[in-house]
Amino acid sequence: MKFADFVSTPAIKAELSADDKEGVVKELVEALVGAGQIKADEREGIVAAIMKREELGSTGIGRGVAVPHTKHPSVDRLVGTVGVSSDGVDFNSLDGEKVQLFFLLISPPDRPGDHLRALENISRQLRDETFCRFLKQSKTAEDIQTLLEEADNNQFVS
Amino acid sequence: MNDITRSTTVTVQNPQGLHARPADLLARRASQFDAQIELIKNGESADGKSILQIMTLAAEMGTVLSIRATGHDAEQAVAALAELFESGFAENGRSHS
Repeated sequence: MKFADFVSTPAIKAELSADDKEGVVKELVEALVGAGQIKADEREGIVAAIMKREELGSTGIGRGVAVPHTKHPSVDRLVGTVGVSSDGVDFNSLDGEKVQLFFLLISPPDRPGDHLRALENISRQLRDETFCRFLKQSKTAEDIQTLLEEADNNQFVS
Repeated sequence: MNDITRSTTVTVQNPQGLHARPADLLARRASQFDAQIELIKNGESADGKSILQIMTLAAEMGTVLSIRATGHDAEQAVAALAELFESGFAENGRSHS
C-alpha cells in the first residue's frame, strides 16, 4: 500500500498548532472533515475513539513518530492524513521523546488487513532517516505531499 | 556464558494481526532478554525488539512466523514470545485496534 492510497492530500497539516495530545488528534480529524473525508457530525466520536485507543498504549512508536488511529463505522475505506509539529508534542511515546510526525488513520471495522498494510508502509518508510528528517523539516503541505510521492516511488527505501 | 540459538514457529492468531499494540507488546517483551531476537516472515527478518520493524511485516491473522533468538537466554526468549502469540495478545474478539 502506498501513501497515496490512504493519505488525503487536502488534509495534510504542515504546521500543527496544537501543543497537546488531544489537540493534535482534534486538529487532524478536523482536517479530514475539511477535506470531506469524514462527516462533521462524526468528528467527536472519532476523536473519542482515537483517544480511547491511546489509553491502551500510546501509538507514539518512537523516533518522534505517532500513528494515532481507530476503526470507525462511518468510513467505508481507510482514510488518513499527515501532520507535522515543528516543536514536537508530548504524546506519552514509548521512548519518551516528543512527537513531530503524525500519521492519523481511520479504518472501517471489517478491514484489518488494510490497516496493517498502511502501518507497514509507514513503518517501512520511516526506517529511512532521510525521509524522517525531511518530513520533520517540511514547512508546507506541498513539501509533505512531494516527500510522500517520492516515498511512494521508492526513492527512499533501499 | 555461551550463546545458543533457538527458534520456533508461531501463527498469528488474533483477528487484527500484528498491528501497533501487539507489535509494542512483542518489542517490550523481547527487550527484556539479552538475546538478539528476529521475527521472520517469508524470509523477511525484523528485529524483534523494534516496534517499527515488527510493523513492517504486516502479519495478518493466519500468518506463520519464525522466532529466532541468539544469546544465553535464547530459550526463555523464544518461549516468552511464543506464549504472547498463543495468547492472541489477549485481544481475541476485541473490536479495538
